Amino acid sequence: MGLESALGEGYLTTQLDALVGWARKNSLWPMPMGLSCCAIELMSAGDPRHDISRFGMEVMRFSPRQSDVMIVAGTVTYKMAHVVRKIYDQMAEPRWVIAMGACASSGGMFRSYSVVQGIDQFMPVDVFTAGCPPRPENLFHALIELQKKVQNSSVLDYRDRKEPMFIS
Amino acid sequence: MNDLQQSLVDSLRERFGDSVEEVREFRDDVIVVVTRQAVVDVATWLRDNEHCPFPLCEDVFGIDAWTRKQRFEVNYHFFSLQCKQRIHLKVRLEESDPAVPSITGVYPGANWYERETFDMYGITFPGHPDLRRAYMPEDFEYYPLRKDFPLMGIPGSLPLPKRG
Repeated sequence: MGLESALGEGYLTTQLDALVGWARKNSLWPMPMGLSCCAIELMSAGDPRHDISRFGMEVMRFSPRQSDVMIVAGTVTYKMAHVVRKIYDQMAEPRWVIAMGACASSGGMFRSYSVVQGIDQFMPVDVFTAGCPPRPENLFHALIELQKKVQNSSVLDYRDRKEPMFIS
Repeated sequence: MNDLQQSLVDSLRERFGDSVEEVREFRDDVIVVVTRQAVVDVATWLRDNEHCPFPLCEDVFGIDAWTRKQRFEVNYHFFSLQCKQRIHLKVRLEESDPAVPSITGVYPGANWYERETFDMYGITFPGHPDLRRAYMPEDFEYYPLRKDFPLMGIPGSLPLPKRG
């Protein structure tokens, strides 16, 4: 096995938090909550040119029960908010949320009666991503920042999150 | 107005008389304002006439003119595939009684257009088989595209899940 050959005859000491965080951050399975044009950029993030699998996140799961991080990509209307929240509630903990793009973060250009002005009104958000839509690189930036957060979070209380991050 | 449009308007006037309230032309399109009692008959005639039939109902939508005496308006766009001709039908409505007979019996495709118009303006369509809201939640109490509806909506009228 790779680990044994890397360590040789020696041993390794670490903290549980660090080990679990390291394992979690490199196997974040995204739940692609594609709601509008951001979903197209989310798809291009998975193409061979951008290649989301470089970060251990290529396993897009369309079942919330198998995913760790929900990428809310697009405009969330009041009618859809209940669906998004229901899917979020079905995800097993630990779970994280990325608000991808201007609409999910703040309502974006849809300053209107029908669009929720930021998904943090009805669910916790870990990373807000700017852009309309954000380029795949910007999404990767958000994912890498989320990885840092996951690495530094506690095993017992992963919700020990400080302020959400803003990626511009 | 080209010959075809002129003959259509003449036939409409001859056939429906005072039901045709006004005929206008704008950028090569003919706009015919009719009374709401006549709208089903006019639509049926437009669909079935032998001279230039209009088998396609492209759109039905409402307008809130707000300051005008007849506040609401329902617009119909019909297209003739045979003659490559478009005709616009308008019905003007009083604010106190915004209702137009449904044309779903003539053009089944108008079903969801009329639902949308009902959802956004509160204009009802007697005779419609299933006049539910198209976009907004069923229990929503307002009509968002009316001019007196605020842009950002009525606070609290659309519930959100708790943040939790």
